[in-house]
Amino acid sequence: MKPFAYLRPATVSEAVRAGAGHPGSRFLGGGTNLVDLMKLGVETPGLLIDVSRLPLDGMTRTDDGGLRIGATVRNSDLAAHPEVRNHWPALSQALLAGASGQLRNTATTGGNLLQRTRCPYFQDVSKPCNKRIPGSGCPAREGTHRDLAVLGHSQDCVATNPSDMAVALAALDATVQLHGPEGVRTVQVTDFHRLPADNPDQDTVIRPGELITEVVLPPPSAGAVSLYRKARDRASYAFALASVAAVLSVRDGRVDRISLAFGGLAHRPWRARVAEDLLRGASTTGDAFARAVDAELAAARPLRDNGFKVDLARRLAIGALVELTTRAAST
Amino acid sequence: MSDSPRALGAPAVRREGRDKVTGTARYAAEHTAPGCLYGWIVPATVPTGRVTAIRTAGALAVPGVHTVLTHDNAPRLKEPDDPILAVLQDDRVPHRGWPVALVLAESLESARAGADAVYVEYATTEHDVVLTGDHPGLYTPKEANGGHPALRERGDAMSAFDAAPVRIDATYTLRGLHNHPMEPHASTARWADGHLTVHDSSQGSTAVRNSLATALGLDRDRITVISEHVGGGFGSKGTPRPQAVLAAMAARHTGHPVQLALPRRYMAAIVGHRAPTLQRVRLGADRDGVLSSVSHEIVTHTSRIKEFVEQAAVPARVMYASPHSRTEHRVAALDVPSPSWMRAPGEASGMYALESAMDELACALGIDPVELRLRNEPRTEPDSGLPFSSRNLTACLSEGARRFGWSDRDPRPAARQEGPRLLGTGVASATYPVLVSKAAASAQAAPDGSYRVGVNATDIGTGARTVLAQIAASVLDTPPDNVTIDIGSSDLPTAPVAGGSSGTASWGSAVHKAATTLVRRLAEHSGPLPPEGIGVTVDTGEETAQEPPYARHAFGAHFAEVAVDSLTGEVRVRRLLGVYAAGRILNSRTARSQFIGGMVMGLGMALTEGSTMDPAFGDFTESDLASYHVPSCADVPDIQAHWLDEDDPHLNPMGSKGIGEIGTVGTAAAIGNAVRHATGARLRELSLTPDKLLPYLP
Repeated sequence: MKPFAYLRPATVSEAVRAGAGHPGSRFLGGGTNLVDLMKLGVETPGLLIDVSRLPLDGMTRTDDGGLRIGATVRNSDLAAHPEVRNHWPALSQALLAGASGQLRNTATTGGNLLQRTRCPYFQDVSKPCNKRIPGSGCPAREGTHRDLAVLGHSQDCVATNPSDMAVALAALDATVQLHGPEGVRTVQVTDFHRLPADNPDQDTVIRPGELITEVVLPPPSAGAVSLYRKARDRASYAFALASVAAVLSVRDGRVDRISLAFGGLAHRPWRARVAEDLLRGASTTGDAFARAVDAELAAARPLRDNGFKVDLARRLAIGALVELTTRAAST
Repeated sequence: MSDSPRALGAPAVRREGRDKVTGTARYAAEHTAPGCLYGWIVPATVPTGRVTAIRTAGALAVPGVHTVLTHDNAPRLKEPDDPILAVLQDDRVPHRGWPVALVLAESLESARAGADAVYVEYATTEHDVVLTGDHPGLYTPKEANGGHPALRERGDAMSAFDAAPVRIDATYTLRGLHNHPMEPHASTARWADGHLTVHDSSQGSTAVRNSLATALGLDRDRITVISEHVGGGFGSKGTPRPQAVLAAMAARHTGHPVQLALPRRYMAAIVGHRAPTLQRVRLGADRDGVLSSVSHEIVTHTSRIKEFVEQAAVPARVMYASPHSRTEHRVAALDVPSPSWMRAPGEASGMYALESAMDELACALGIDPVELRLRNEPRTEPDSGLPFSSRNLTACLSEGARRFGWSDRDPRPAARQEGPRLLGTGVASATYPVLVSKAAASAQAAPDGSYRVGVNATDIGTGARTVLAQIAASVLDTPPDNVTIDIGSSDLPTAPVAGGSSGTASWGSAVHKAATTLVRRLAEHSGPLPPEGIGVTVDTGEETAQEPPYARHAFGAHFAEVAVDSLTGEVRVRRLLGVYAAGRILNSRTARSQFIGGMVMGLGMALTEGSTMDPAFGDFTESDLASYHVPSCADVPDIQAHWLDEDDPHLNPMGSKGIGEIGTVGTAAAIGNAVRHATGARLRELSLTPDKLLPYLP
């Protein structure tokens, strides 16, 4: 690990000023990914700005019935929060499907959104990686890529976003509030992470010096049911091979509100807009679900060893929609 | 000898348990001496070739860096007894991850920063790291691991197979596997007054001491190796590893104590692995399931510097009666890290294939797989013709079937469903040889009535101290608490490694003999004991010299119930039950723990673990515990270990067989067979992850 300076600002504006003033600095939340990457030599910040004790650990309902989640709220606390469990169960399920109990106790909401891919080449500084060193190449494309992207990848990068939480937030239409040197702005979670294109070193649209201060959930839609389902190689402490977050309401036997997002398939949580458009107003049959999901996944471009992910995602999504339909009927 | 129930067989609590859970037990990297330098290895970053230049100026400029050792300036070693220990001796890079330099610094951080600043130039050569069934480099070695002949033939297995009315011909594929003990390999070495003391995380410090003596050209009595507490090894610490040589070499070179702990990420390349195997099994049988031909052919890899051949066809020489048999190992030397022992080498990998093939035969015949095994029970060891000292495989199968509720089983595949989950059950046999080596032990009686026993056993988490105290106490007819046990130092009477499930047999035999001799000596003594007490030192050279006229093996049966998610292909074990016939169980608590631990490792082999050789880079992709999937607690379900009372007079004075490895043997097959029962899909490549299952699901 390279030597680094450490700063613990007392306020958000102090943190933002420090971040803006020190290119190459990093905000430190729970450190469950950043510190690992520093040990690996992947991250070499000259300054760590510890934001974990900023007064951003609150969870409050908004006037319209949504929920403000402070950026330093720990994953365990967020998952266990009664309001989250009651009104946004997919978020609670996604959080609990991630990492291990010990990691969830430490990891923060903001940090979770900023965790980096677990692509093995990204984590090994003795090998090329366009995300780590732009232009150095992507060995994953021809190498070990069973766990990597099938959607939205580029010649330069086939990495996946590892977060479970972000997939649920994408399906829930959550927004991210960013404090930066130029002020405060709000970004949809679905727009927060980006596709790799030709600059995969940029995971997100966050600007230099910007700090995530909170995540806001819009109010739950009346009559909607939701879930998060993840498939993985072992029962705990494994990243998603594929996952799905879905929100569904049914009116008169037809899909009313629908929101569907995939995890483990792409460089960002994959909001399935094509499927949603086909599903809205469609009958709640397995065939209709399959047609919509297939239309979404028609964009998949699997690599040599990860074609199973397309099938897996398809099964997860159809299974989720069928299950939610059953549940919606009984509520 | 007294058969005190308070001693042998009792569930005595681990003697060092409290020290371990309270953090006071010290491991190899916790013996830091004043003035200690910390080492960090610079691993080769090319798959194969030569080092053409190493520039160390940048590293030496890092504050705190003391020395950089490379093949240019490292002390010359004598030829080590294991080629993997010949580190920093020449410019050759036999595989990626091979140590090319060692940075020594006043802090771990400086050493690491220094290692980052070492600049190495290489001349690379074409590398060849991918094992295939038709690899042109395949050859039949003389021997496989354990000294087993690589090829054994009885009768004419091919003709008998061709003539058999029912035939199974199947190839099973296992990726490489890694041991990944919780405690990474570490050594702390210091020289004082011409004497080298090394705290090493090892399964046997006598072996480390001897290897260091050879490599460093020192008399053995000038070296002490201590392995007081060891956080697991599973075979990867059964042979001396480079960290011990590097630490000793660096300590000698610098005059400082040196500590070298391997980071997890470096372990995959330098502390061994279970080599991948491609295993073709051919079984020929009549319509009643009686085998006429058994053929098991192994293809595996080794490294360029060392021939290690996973003896996966050897259990087929032990298991089932068949007039015709052919068992062969072929190996290709590739530019890969050197494979080595991993829990039940040979048995774990070979029994996966053989026991899967037996299940395939049972399915082909419509015979219950337990019954099929009973029908092929041999009267003598098939390959050698020797009588078994004891063999209770059929009793294990029957008892396991009873406990598991096997008789209710509907044999039809994909017939049981619970919601979206497909349920199935499977069975497999297990076997592991009885091994024993010469050991020495001392026993001493003190005037206060207490006893002290010394033997260089190693506790790798198994409870060695505890069971050795029980053995001594049973002979001395005293409570185990009245016996102090000294283990874990090469200055103690010489003893073999904790490996091959032979530790307790080897050490225990010596302890038993020492205690017995002491009892006799005490009986001859009259009057109070002298202040220094009365002591004896014995060894079991005589007892272990001759090969017994028996085939000696432990046997067992594994039963598994799995649930396969029909949506995702996720396989989860619901129940795992093992029944073992392993002689006399000496401590029911620690034995159960070992059996269950072995079963969990077999579960990992079946479902979660695997190491992927990267064809471009020549290393294993999974290099941390986030990517190398050891089973998590959530993967380990209702798991039970039981054993039969087995009275075998041909073993050792305790009547025990080894128990450390048999839990891993056959477990993967039982799980694979259960998956086949659940889904109808016969998968012949581990691990059984969703990508493998999905094509077979509705």
